[in-house]
Amino acid sequence: MARRPSTASVARRTIVTPVLLSVLLVIFALAAWAAGSRPFNQTVIDIFLQVIFVVGLYTFIGNSGVISFGHVAFACLGGYVAAWTTIKPMMKSSAMPGLPDWLMQMEIPFWAAAIAGAGFAAFWALVFGAVLMRLSGIAASIATFAMLAMVNSIYSNWDSVTAATSSVVGIPIVRTVWPYLVAAVLSVFAAWAFSISRHGLALRAARDEPTAAAASGVDIPRVRLVAFVLSGAIMGAGGALYAHSIGLVTPDTFYLGLTFTTLSMLVVGGMGSLSGAVIGVLILSSLIQILRWLEAGVAIGESSFALPGGVQEIALGVVMILILMFRPAGIMGNSEWTGRLPRFAKPGAPGPDNRSQPTGDQT
Amino acid sequence: MGGLMQVVFDALSLGSLYALGALGIALIFGVMRLVNFAHGDVIAFCVFALLWPSVDAVAIIFAGNLPWYLLIPFALAVGAGLSVLSEVVVFRRFRRANPATMMIASFALGFVIRYFLLMLFSSRPKSISLLPELSQPVEILGARLPLLQLITILVTITVLIGLTAFLRRTRFGLEMRAAAENFTMARMLGVRANRVIMGAFALSGALAAAIALILGSQTGTANIMMGASVMLMAFIATVIGGMGSLAGAVIAGFALGAIATVMQVILPPDARAFRDAFVYGAVILVLIFRPQGLLSARGTKERV
Repeated sequence: MARRPSTASVARRTIVTPVLLSVLLVIFALAAWAAGSRPFNQTVIDIFLQVIFVVGLYTFIGNSGVISFGHVAFACLGGYVAAWTTIKPMMKSSAMPGLPDWLMQMEIPFWAAAIAGAGFAAFWALVFGAVLMRLSGIAASIATFAMLAMVNSIYSNWDSVTAATSSVVGIPIVRTVWPYLVAAVLSVFAAWAFSISRHGLALRAARDEPTAAAASGVDIPRVRLVAFVLSGAIMGAGGALYAHSIGLVTPDTFYLGLTFTTLSMLVVGGMGSLSGAVIGVLILSSLIQILRWLEAGVAIGESSFALPGGVQEIALGVVMILILMFRPAGIMGNSEWTGRLPRFAKPGAPGPDNRSQPTGDQT
Repeated sequence: MGGLMQVVFDALSLGSLYALGALGIALIFGVMRLVNFAHGDVIAFCVFALLWPSVDAVAIIFAGNLPWYLLIPFALAVGAGLSVLSEVVVFRRFRRANPATMMIASFALGFVIRYFLLMLFSSRPKSISLLPELSQPVEILGARLPLLQLITILVTITVLIGLTAFLRRTRFGLEMRAAAENFTMARMLGVRANRVIMGAFALSGALAAAIALILGSQTGTANIMMGASVMLMAFIATVIGGMGSLAGAVIAGFALGAIATVMQVILPPDARAFRDAFVYGAVILVLIFRPQGLLSARGTKERV
């Protein structure tokens, strides 16, 4: 027992990663605040939302190694919770007459809606996960896809509660970047805390060596379920905030398109790395912005030049395939950003095994 | 009696679609452990290959005007061609990758194909009339059904018999089955890997084209998302059937068709919109009791 490094020492050795990533996010937020331009502000908010989604995906996919195509379903659950709890009761009664009375009268601030969305998504992640986590890798992936289709089918048809496929409008819009920054930083820290927790370490062991992990007493479906619920909660909070960023929700907002974008960001950054999740978002968001700008049309001298619609997705797909071909572990290649800072910043603090090992290594 | 037969025919024709889709996915999974998420987009591509690129709401039928004896081989060739092309350009480089990586790559490839179609045709659904002579009704055993439904069932049965004969009686089929059983061993015994894999892709693409023709004439619309729902059901069928088992995929495909049709009949009208959600729910229930699928193929289980 004495040889097992305590959680506190693991935390000390790895905390640099979330701190560095948070600093990076804060820089973005400050840039948006300093620039003061509305479109740029919205872009930065979008980036923070994608960070929340991709970090949510990472929490499950990165630690368990099981690809999930269904996590956007939890964002959908969270987004509709925001719609149910924050729209003015008068507007709700006309758009969604089937809501129960207590929900109809409810009007809570957006941060409470995000927490409620996280809770609701976590509950359903527990229900679905209890079944899905029993499946083996590939079958589990396909089953998560079925879960996404199931949630989408229910939300697209349950007229009285979700207004079916038409958009639910009137969600109070939050335009400042700070709440999104806080949520993104919180989700980064939550993902980090999970990955060094007892369950997180067991799950990563099961990802790399299932047989050995199972033989050492790791209950694989159970640790996977813990990760699934936590990542569901992060996705749910992200979905609720997404709803507040644009003021409306439709079931198709949270379907294959968002699944594709978030998954490609995670793949490009590196599936096994928290830093990769954040960096993938930053890189691909920039690419998407440039392509959107080109699709809208750019004037070059006399003539204007515009890419046809759809190029953005094609480019994302091609980048994703190329990364998978030539660098399947993504840009970060399973390692974390540590900047080697801890050795110099905190001499003597970590245990003796710190000297030879780079911190936060995830291979 | 007529009502009951109607349900049986509906179930069979819907199940046929799912079975053909599941077969296309299971064939490729069998030889290279690839879960091909691009399959649905190959289906959509085959429908759009019959049209001339335009973003108008009314489709300009191009190859779709060919007489049926040319139209069908054309569509099958397009499907097989696109599928083989995706193998040569993309999947060949993933031979040594793990199945999860290949799966994501196929997901990305599917998006590339879909948005390529969007670029040429826009995302609006178009109305097309494909093989209109097939929509006239016929009467069998007291049930009135469109000729197309009958043809769908007959075609599927023919395809299944043909494919079984191909896999059991020809040398190529034997190689394919050997490759599905143990790829490394088959290669050592002289099976040419690339030929077998390309054969599997060609067959799978042709099956996708068959689905495209059936869907196109059944719904009368061309939509870039049209392959998605069939593909999802086909995926589920391959999981329930036990990944990689061709027979299991076909049986599960028909079973899903039957469940969906029966749900359509027995569910109260308010709940019919949720039919697919109920089907997915039923599937999840099946998986609680048989996490490995109904018929699990040998050698596909994760070695734990």
